[in-house]
Amino acid sequence: MSILVDESTRLLVQGITGRDGSFHAGQMLEYGTKVVGGVTPGKGGQEVHGIPVFNGVREAVDATGANATVIYVPARFAADAVLEAADAGIGLIVCITEGVPVLDMITVYRKVHERGAQLIGPNCPGAISPGKAKIGIMPGNIHLPGSVGVVSRSGTLTYEIVYALTQRGCGQSTCIGIGGDPIVGTRFRDVLPLFEADPETDAVVLVGEIGGDEEEQTAAFIQEQIRKPVFAYIVGHTAPEGKRMGHAGAIVSGGAGTAESKTQAFEAAGVPVAKTIDELADMVQARKS
Amino acid sequence: MKIHEYQAKDLFRGYGIPVPPGRMVETPEAARDAAAALGGTVAVKAQVHVGGRGKAGGIKIARTPDEAEAHARAILGMDIKGSTVRKLLIEKGAEIQREAYVGLLVDRGRQSIGFIASAEGGIEIEEVAVKSPDRILRFEAPTLDFPEEAAAKVAGLLFEDEATAPAVLEFMRKLFKLFVDKDASLAEINPLVLTAAGEVIALDGKINFDDNALFRQADVLAMRDMHEESAAEIDAKEKGLSYVDLDGDIGCMVNGAGLAMATMDMIQLFGGRPANFLDVGGSSNPEKVVNAFRLILDKGGIKAILINIFGGITRCDDIARGILTSLERIDVNVPVVCRLTGTNAEEGRALLEGTPLVPAETFSGAVKKAIELAKGVSA
Repeated sequence: MSILVDESTRLLVQGITGRDGSFHAGQMLEYGTKVVGGVTPGKGGQEVHGIPVFNGVREAVDATGANATVIYVPARFAADAVLEAADAGIGLIVCITEGVPVLDMITVYRKVHERGAQLIGPNCPGAISPGKAKIGIMPGNIHLPGSVGVVSRSGTLTYEIVYALTQRGCGQSTCIGIGGDPIVGTRFRDVLPLFEADPETDAVVLVGEIGGDEEEQTAAFIQEQIRKPVFAYIVGHTAPEGKRMGHAGAIVSGGAGTAESKTQAFEAAGVPVAKTIDELADMVQARKS
Repeated sequence: MKIHEYQAKDLFRGYGIPVPPGRMVETPEAARDAAAALGGTVAVKAQVHVGGRGKAGGIKIARTPDEAEAHARAILGMDIKGSTVRKLLIEKGAEIQREAYVGLLVDRGRQSIGFIASAEGGIEIEEVAVKSPDRILRFEAPTLDFPEEAAAKVAGLLFEDEATAPAVLEFMRKLFKLFVDKDASLAEINPLVLTAAGEVIALDGKINFDDNALFRQADVLAMRDMHEESAAEIDAKEKGLSYVDLDGDIGCMVNGAGLAMATMDMIQLFGGRPANFLDVGGSSNPEKVVNAFRLILDKGGIKAILINIFGGITRCDDIARGILTSLERIDVNVPVVCRLTGTNAEEGRALLEGTPLVPAETFSGAVKKAIELAKGVSA
């Protein structure tokens, strides 16, 4: 099993003729992902890594039977790219692009849900089911097939954690970066029930960071609805108030959204919170003993 | 991005949102002239981006132009939480009948624009939330259209007088339009005032904007006050780096915001003090590494530098080349601990052999080494 992405994923790459889109299309193909088409308006008829390029998503879906898409277009076009994919009936939309205006995301969030599509991101590394397929920009070789689900707001930090898990022989079922923006298509609360229902996943690692109250809400949700063990790690303990720490969503405002508040919420919900990545990976490794 | 109160009020005027007459000044003499022109009692208000200026003595009432000049002299140059007062707003006093609160923000949890309203104005809304949470009213705009029905239900409650409801509703409608048009992330009117004459006006105004949308908000961007932002942080942004100043002495250079925060946290956890947050981003441009070294060292007081790279899109050999270029061009006179893992890490480590850099295998090992070396320098 695994969740959201696997061998049945037939992927489009929106922005495939750009530098990032082209590079990662190649990386995803190499990993074994079925990349069936690319989309760049005005460049239909070209090929990238032997993959046909189409002018629009609808046309690409009709020609290839794609059921997922990954978006690498510049920030100012990203919202429209997501909506085009949703309108074309694509079920899974992964938006890698960073810097999408937050008000655009309010509109996009509603429309994507109305169409019944699942949006991951924006400003995220994507999702990978090790050994099966990957959608996004994460380095495939650090992953190991296994039974730990990973969900995170971060990119490189997730790689670091996955690497620590892999070194301990703790393989992963699916790893999802939900994105570092204030409004993202898929929240922790949307991913956890999928892991809960996935027979291949037996534990979940959740990586949160400062800003907003998503972690606090998630802690309550876990207590009520998730039976599989969840291990948390929160970054941003040293972040000063009012400063945006790289990610648009990573900001402590008015004393809310602190790492302490999130840590306390998880601990109160019975979710162990690791202080370091090594401790986190050790906890996961020790879960069965 | 933040702007000053006087700039927010200029924006309000453009949207027909009532504000008291006022003028921005930069000298005591100009404060006197402004007070004379406005007539009667005026408020002399420090223009800084940090909150709590009233408690810090940055807002004074003047009954005469002489008093306005004296207050201006006292407030200009004042340090309020690290911000130097360079500008003042001289504003005509309002005859306040009642005070209320209206705020708009991007509600992350509900993926909407949230309204917060309260009949308790003039005090911090966080305080109201703690002391009398039942006095806080909330509703939301799930789309970018003004939520007429929900707003109409609340409008009469702000001044606890249905007769004021139409004016309050119109105020909220205009503020919402401004919020959406200008890509704001936060707008706070505290207090929203009902005057003796029955007008509803914004006595104070605070707006923050979404940095991601500044590309389409040229007039907002033009209001940026460089004095209020750290020169290093602006410089970093121009060079494609994400940088935030901290108090410590261990400089950090990391790829990825999450990993950068994790690095800072671990330094503190193990007893060190991080000097900065610095994300060199996903690109592998060696020039970025050179700029990152400069940023870290320019701050002064740095005792060690920790480079923590997890290669994904970023290639460790490119980072290593950037480090070599930096060592040639910059006098790096503090110990540098370097941990390269992931894409092309071995090539990267090979390139750095024979340099004074201290290599580290693991994340925690690198952090411990940097702390040890930072302490060594201080001893």
